[in-house]
Amino acid sequence: MLERTFTIKEWTEALKKLRSFYRVFAPFKEGDFHSFREFDGSGSPDFNFGNTRLSAKALIYPQSERMFDYTLDEKNPDVNLYKEAVKDLSPQAIVGIRPCDVKGFRLMKRNFDNEEYRDPWWVQRFESTILVGFGCNDPCPTCFCTSVGGGPFNEEGLDVIAYNLGERFVLRALTEKGEVFLAKAEGDTGPGEDERRKMEELKRSSVEKISSRVATDQLKLKEVNALFSAPFWEETAFSCINCGTCTFFCPTCWCFDIQDEVFGKEGDRLRNWDSCMFPLFTLHGSGHNPRENKVQRVRQRFMHKLKYYVDKYNDGVQCSGCGRCVRYCPVNIDIREVAEKMNSY
Amino acid sequence: MERYTEKIRERARDLLESGKVDVFIGYSKGSVPMMNRPALIREPREVNKLLWDNHCALNLCNYLTKRTEKIGIIANGCNSRNIVTHILENQIKREQLYIVGIPCEGMVDHRAVARAVGQRDILAVEGLGEEFLVKGKDFEERFTKQTFLQRNCVTCRHHNPVIYDEMIGEPVEEGELPNGYADVEAIEGMSSDKKWAFFAQLISRCIRCYACRNACPLCYCPTCFVDESKPQWVGKSSDPTDTMTFHLLRAYHCAGRCTDCGACERVCPVGISMRQFTRKLNKDGETFFSWEAGLTLEKRPPLDTYRPDDYNDFIK
Ligand code: SF4
Ligand code: SF4
Ligand code: SF4
Ligand code: SF4
Ligand code: SF4
Repeated sequence: MLERTFTIKEWTEALKKLRSFYRVFAPFKEGDFHSFREFDGSGSPDFNFGNTRLSAKALIYPQSERMFDYTLDEKNPDVNLYKEAVKDLSPQAIVGIRPCDVKGFRLMKRNFDNEEYRDPWWVQRFESTILVGFGCNDPCPTCFCTSVGGGPFNEEGLDVIAYNLGERFVLRALTEKGEVFLAKAEGDTGPGEDERRKMEELKRSSVEKISSRVATDQLKLKEVNALFSAPFWEETAFSCINCGTCTFFCPTCWCFDIQDEVFGKEGDRLRNWDSCMFPLFTLHGSGHNPRENKVQRVRQRFMHKLKYYVDKYNDGVQCSGCGRCVRYCPVNIDIREVAEKMNSY
Repeated sequence: MERYTEKIRERARDLLESGKVDVFIGYSKGSVPMMNRPALIREPREVNKLLWDNHCALNLCNYLTKRTEKIGIIANGCNSRNIVTHILENQIKREQLYIVGIPCEGMVDHRAVARAVGQRDILAVEGLGEEFLVKGKDFEERFTKQTFLQRNCVTCRHHNPVIYDEMIGEPVEEGELPNGYADVEAIEGMSSDKKWAFFAQLISRCIRCYACRNACPLCYCPTCFVDESKPQWVGKSSDPTDTMTFHLLRAYHCAGRCTDCGACERVCPVGISMRQFTRKLNKDGETFFSWEAGLTLEKRPPLDTYRPDDYNDFIK
């Protein structure tokens, strides 16, 4: 497969060229943290980061998406008809995504692209996206990707993998899509012997730097009702304030809510991210709420990720080990500890 | 400050053992540096989880709402003021509480610390006195606490609890403050357009996670206006108009009640300084009603008081 090397400057120039073929999204440092932004050709993306604060989830699955629009105007022949809203589904490249966040998309695919359902917009966006992953030289202290089937240089799901060797970036295509992308990027040929050695060294040392290990091997064997009624939920949930941080930041949380918004006679049907941590998530039209207290809601989040998903798909947990929920939970509820409790219960 | 940790544990143990309280609410050490975890202690043998350090900046009053047991709780200045407000608003009864008062020396701004070490990964933050030590994989840096205080602590005028059953330390001196509202005045001086642009920019990264709302003890409505669906007051998408509506209304709902404890600002996962809204209302409360929230159980707050001799015409 095609390999190319770039200096940082050359790489920024290459991204400028690639803008003729793709909408290019890359990490930019704004204030205290990095976020994915569309590269408009000015400024330079910054590839020296742990991970972006929010994952790249929104680039395929926007926080708010206009699905349809409609009119309530009786004089309009199209009255009360839902029409698909215009969306930009043109090719895009997510450059600088971490392997855990790519894994997030793979897990999310289960929900949006399976034998029963194919979500048209998620699928189209996903299929028109090139994932140019950057391996993690220095995984964060909260990362535990290697405990959940990933790794800092894991190539699964990536179209291109990049090694950040400090002065130079080495990129290698992993799929045909990636090959086309890299061919368009032009630039130098592959790495020399010396660089290859450095790449191998990075791959090895990065795995060793991961300090968090989480055991999940027993989850599948546990009895679901026993875990559900385990005594530790109350204590686990005490500090939770039921915000949207853990689920909105999570690259694998997929839940949404559908809302109609009408202004005058014109209406939109929107799909917004939702969260099982919000009381509204399960509120019935009747006023009854089957998950009316926070202990139930906290339990749902962990049971979904670490038990229901495990049982249903038989392919590990619904978590890529990115560590965001651990880092940003304002009251320090730590999925690593909860997984440990569940696994050893 | 370390001395307070020991005292807190001692007092919690006594209170639980003697049956004076059924549960004790305090802070415990989190798994991430500077992120303490509020804890509910039921058994005397668990009291060693409790601690007091530079990172106890979530508002524990948030965990009192509508509880029914007898509760021991630690409270510094701002937390105690929220407890007063909670009692006034019938969210908890004074008789239910045993308040262990702590003279507060201010909390450390975790974002400022991360900035000071260039956003490198922090593995531990140690030290409780005037200085603290930040450790990473290949660095160690020492900082002076005074220059890393949370912004609300810098302008705080009530470090000592205003209500308590016992104090576990000598009150700290409430020093003279320079103008605590300089930032609000700067915004007041802007044109309407500039103000709008300022606030739109301030909240532009908001993801509507509601951590700010939920970390605040004042926000206890059974159904928040943003969650109402009949009628629906505000849209639920990430449209800037709806996000602004959320912020403005949340702030107004805190008018005359906010103690500037800083919990809302501390918890925002994208670092928005939404205290800029509530601080304007706090300033107005002082200017127009000589009112600071949560200082006394003897007086009703200005916004739930009616006086026939009110000098304002609009109210008559
Ligand atoms: S676990 Fe933490 S981040 Fe998640 S809802 Fe609770 S308080 Fe928010
Ligand atoms: S559950 Fe937490 S650690 Fe796992 S993928 Fe989601 S945010 Fe990352
Ligand atoms: S954890 Fe909650 S928000 Fe995330 S996918 Fe599961 S049910 Fe949905
Ligand atoms: S609005 Fe913010 S500063 Fe004011 S009481 Fe609530 S959490 Fe504290
Ligand atoms: S905590 Fe921050 S991101 Fe969340 S709703 Fe409040 S301002 Fe917005």
